[in-house]
Amino acid sequence: MIPAPAFLTNPERFMAFSRWAAPMFGAIAVVLALAGLWLGWSAPPDYQQGATVRIMFIHVPAAIICEVIYAFLAGASLLALVFRHMLADCAAQAAAPLGAGFTLLALVTGSLWGRPMWGTWWVWDARLTSVLILFLLYIAYLALRASLDDEAKAARSAAILAMVGVVVLPIIHFSVYWWNSLHQGSSMFTKGALAPVYAYPLFTMLLAYLSAFGSLWLVRIRGEVWRRRAEAAALRMARA
Amino acid sequence: MPDFDLGKYAGFIWPAYAITATVFAVMIGASLHHARRWRARAETLSAPASNDGATRK
Repeated sequence: MIPAPAFLTNPERFMAFSRWAAPMFGAIAVVLALAGLWLGWSAPPDYQQGATVRIMFIHVPAAIICEVIYAFLAGASLLALVFRHMLADCAAQAAAPLGAGFTLLALVTGSLWGRPMWGTWWVWDARLTSVLILFLLYIAYLALRASLDDEAKAARSAAILAMVGVVVLPIIHFSVYWWNSLHQGSSMFTKGALAPVYAYPLFTMLLAYLSAFGSLWLVRIRGEVWRRRAEAAALRMARA
Repeated sequence: MPDFDLGKYAGFIWPAYAITATVFAVMIGASLHHARRWRARAETLSAPASNDGATRK
C-alpha cells in the first residue's frame, strides 16, 4: 500500500497544513480566474457559436470539476469505510456540497448555452441526463447524511452510496460516444481540436476552478474537524 | 482587450456569469460560515480544558 503523507492522515498536521494551504489556493484561484476571464473576454467570437463561446469558459471547467469532485468523494468514502479514518470521512462530507454546487453550475450554464445553440433549454440526452443523475447523487448523499441521527451509521450508508454512484462517471464521460448525442464530444484534451485563443482561457479557468475547489474543500474539512471536536467536548462536559 | 458587446446573445451570457458568481458566493460564504461557527464553538467548549496556553491551529 502507498503510504499517505502525514499531513493527510494526522488531524493535527492536517490542520496546520490547511491553515496556510486554504488561503494560498484561494489566492491562486482569484489570480487565475482574473487571467482566465481577461483572456476569455478578449477572445474573438467563434465562427459557429458567436459570443456564446464565452459561456464555455465557465461551463466546461464546472462540468469537468464536478466529476473530479465525485471521484474524490468516492475515494474518501472508500478510505473512511475501510480504514475508519476520521479525516477521510470529513473530506467526503466536505466534498459533497461543493460537488453539488459545481454540478448545478454545469447544468445551468450548459442550459443557457444550449438554448441559443441547440434551440432548447434541455433534452433528455445521455450526457445531460447522466450529469443530472450525478447532481441527484450529490443531493442523495447529503440527504442521507442529514437524515440519520446516528452519525456513524449515516457516514457508512452515505459512503456506500458514494461508491456505488461512481459508476456514473464513466457513463458521463463515454455517453457522447456510446449513444447518439446532441452534446459534442471531448475537445479540451484532444490535440488540435481547440484553437489556442480558446484553449488558453479554458485551461486557465479550469485551473482556477480546481484551485477554488481545493481552497473551499480544505476550509470545509477544517470546519468538520472543529464540529467533531466541539461535539466531543460537549459530550465530555455532559458526562462530567 | 475584453469585448463586452455580446449582441443578441447577451441575454444568455450575462445570466450564465451572474449565476456562476452567485453560486461561488454562496459556496464561499457557506464554507467560511460553517468553519468559523464550529471553530468558535469548539474553542468555547474546550476553553476550560485548554487554558494551558495551547496554540490554535
